Amino acid sequence: MDFSTLDLLLNAIVAGLLLGGFYAAVTVGVSISFGILDIVNIAHPAFVILGSYLAYFININVGIDPVIVSLVALPVFYALGGAVYQIYYFSFERRGQEALRGLAFFFGLLFVTEVSLILVFGVDYRYVEASYIGPSLHFGFIDVPLRMLVPCVIALALFGALELFVSRSFLGRAIMAVSQDQLALQLMAADPIRIKRIAFGISIATASIAGALLIIIQPIEPSVGRDYIGRVFAICVLGGLGSLPGSLIAAMLLGMVESLTSTFYGPSWSPAVSFGFLLLTLAFRPAGLLGR
Amino acid sequence: MNTVKFSLLAIFAAFVLLIFAHWLKLDYFYFAGYTILQFIVMATAWNILGGYCGYVNFGSAAFFALGAYASVFLHKTYPLPVPILMVVGALVSGIVGLGTGYLTLRLRGAFFSIATLAMAVVLQTLVVNWDYVGGSRGAYIIRPETVEIGGLTINYIEYLFILMVALAVLALVTAQSIEHSQLGYGFATIRDDELAAEASGVPTLRLKLIATTLSGAFMGMAGAPFPYYIGYLQPQSAFGLEYAVNSIAMPMIGGTTSWVGPLIGSILLGSLQQLATVTISSAVNLLIVGLLLVGFVIIAPNGLIGLVQERLRARRRS
Repeated sequence: MDFSTLDLLLNAIVAGLLLGGFYAAVTVGVSISFGILDIVNIAHPAFVILGSYLAYFININVGIDPVIVSLVALPVFYALGGAVYQIYYFSFERRGQEALRGLAFFFGLLFVTEVSLILVFGVDYRYVEASYIGPSLHFGFIDVPLRMLVPCVIALALFGALELFVSRSFLGRAIMAVSQDQLALQLMAADPIRIKRIAFGISIATASIAGALLIIIQPIEPSVGRDYIGRVFAICVLGGLGSLPGSLIAAMLLGMVESLTSTFYGPSWSPAVSFGFLLLTLAFRPAGLLGR
Repeated sequence: MNTVKFSLLAIFAAFVLLIFAHWLKLDYFYFAGYTILQFIVMATAWNILGGYCGYVNFGSAAFFALGAYASVFLHKTYPLPVPILMVVGALVSGIVGLGTGYLTLRLRGAFFSIATLAMAVVLQTLVVNWDYVGGSRGAYIIRPETVEIGGLTINYIEYLFILMVALAVLALVTAQSIEHSQLGYGFATIRDDELAAEASGVPTLRLKLIATTLSGAFMGMAGAPFPYYIGYLQPQSAFGLEYAVNSIAMPMIGGTTSWVGPLIGSILLGSLQQLATVTISSAVNLLIVGLLLVGFVIIAPNGLIGLVQERLRARRRS
C-alpha cells in the first residue's frame, strides 16, 4: 500500500466516524419509536427533513445559527410528535390495526410531508450559512472538516443525554418499562399511553436537531429523506432493537463502511451499503449486535 | 361467483372496452386508459400480499422498475415482442420478490416492509450505476408506429392498450380466484392471526412466499411494456415514489378485502390524477393522493367498500 492510498484510507475512516456520529443522531429517534415503543415510524426521516427546512428558513431570513434554531424548535417538534401519536393511538393501536394501516399511515405522512415541501420550497438544493461551514482542522495528512466535526459532537452529546435520560431518570425507566410490559405498568397505576406519547414526542423532537445537523453536513432537497429510511432502519436493526449503545456502534460502523465505499468505489454506490447491512443482519443475526 | 363465470365476465367486459376504445379513435383515451389499467394491475398485485396476507410492500416501484429495466436490457441486446418481455419481467420481479421474502418474512411483518423500502433505494443505485441500460441519463426506446398481428396492422399505442387490458383481466381473475380458494383462506389466516395459523398447521412461510412472488411477478409484468409506452425511461421516473404510494393508496381507498377494492380505488384515483395532472399540476395531484391515503386509513379503515357495506348493514337493520 503506497502512501497516498494510506492517506485516503485514514481520511475515509475519520470521515466515516464523523458521519457515523451524525447517523446516530438521525437514528436515535427511530431507536426510541421503533426499538422501544414498537411504532414503525418510517416517516421519521421526513420529520428530519422538516427540521432541516425550518433551520434553513430561519437561517436565511433571520441569520440565526441552525443548531440554535433546532434547539428552540424542540418543544414544537415534541408537540407535533405527541399529536401524531395521539392520532396513531386512537386510529390504529387501540383497534389493533397498527400492522397494515398504521404503516400505510406513516407512509402517507412521509409522502405528504415530502410533496408539501416540494410545493413550498421547490426541488432545488438548499443550504445554510454558519461560521464553521468551510474551514477544516489538519492533523498531519488527516483533514477534519468542521462541518462534519460540529454535527458529530452535537450528535454525540444528544445521544449521551438521551442514554442518561432513559437509563437514569424515572420517566426514562418508565419508557423502558412500557416496552417490556405494558400491563404491569398499568397495574402500577401509570398510564402507558401517556408515557408512550411522551416518548414518541421525544423521538420526534430529536428529528429537529438531526435536521439542523443534516443541513450543515450537506445541501438538501425534499426527497433526500428517502435515502435515510434504509440507513436509519439498518442501523436500528443492526444495533439491536431498543439498545441505544448498540445503535451508536452500528451507526459508526455504517458510516465507516459507507465512507470507504464512496472513497474507493465512488459516491453513487454508497446508498447500496445500508441495504446490504440490513439484509445481512436480518438474514444472519436478526437480534442485532446488542439485541435484547 | 365461480372462477369460470368470473373470467368469462371479465373477458366480455374487456372486449366491450376494447371495441369502445377502437370506435372512439382517440389517442388520448389510449394514453390515459393505459395508465389507469397499469394502476389496476399494480393495485391488485399489491393487494394480493397487502390486503390478503396483511404484509405491506413499500417497494412496488422497485418491482415495477425491474420489469421495465428488464425490457430495456433485452431491447438493447435481443429485441423481443412485448408479450414475451412481460413474461420476462414477471420472472425477474417474481424471483426478486421470492428472495426478499425469503430473507425477511421469517421475522415480524415490519421488517419485510422496511426491507422493501430499502430495496427500492438499492435497486435504483444499481440501475443508476449501470451504463448499459442508460445509467442516470436514462434510456431511449424508439417505439414503432404500428405492429402487425396475423395480417392486421394495429396502432402501437392501441397494441399496448390491448396488452394492458389483457394483463388487468389476468390480474383480476387471479385475485378473484385466490379469494375463494384454499390459498386465499390460508392468506386470510395469516392476516388475522399468524401465530394461531402456524400453530394449527398452516404452512405460513410457504404461503407468504407464494404471495410475494405472485405480487412481485404481476408488478414486473405491469412494468415490462412501460419503456415502450413512455419512450424514454429514467431511473427517477421508473423508481418514483408515486408508484409505491399509488399501489398502496388505491387498495386502501377502495378496500383491501376483495378484488373489487383495488379495482374501484385505481379507477377513481387514476382518473382523478389524470384530471388533476391536466388541470392543476403533478405535484398537487400527488399531494391529493397522499392526503386521501392518510385520511382514508384514519376515517374509513375498510375503504369505500367498507363504507358501502356498513350502509347496507345499517339499512337492513332498520
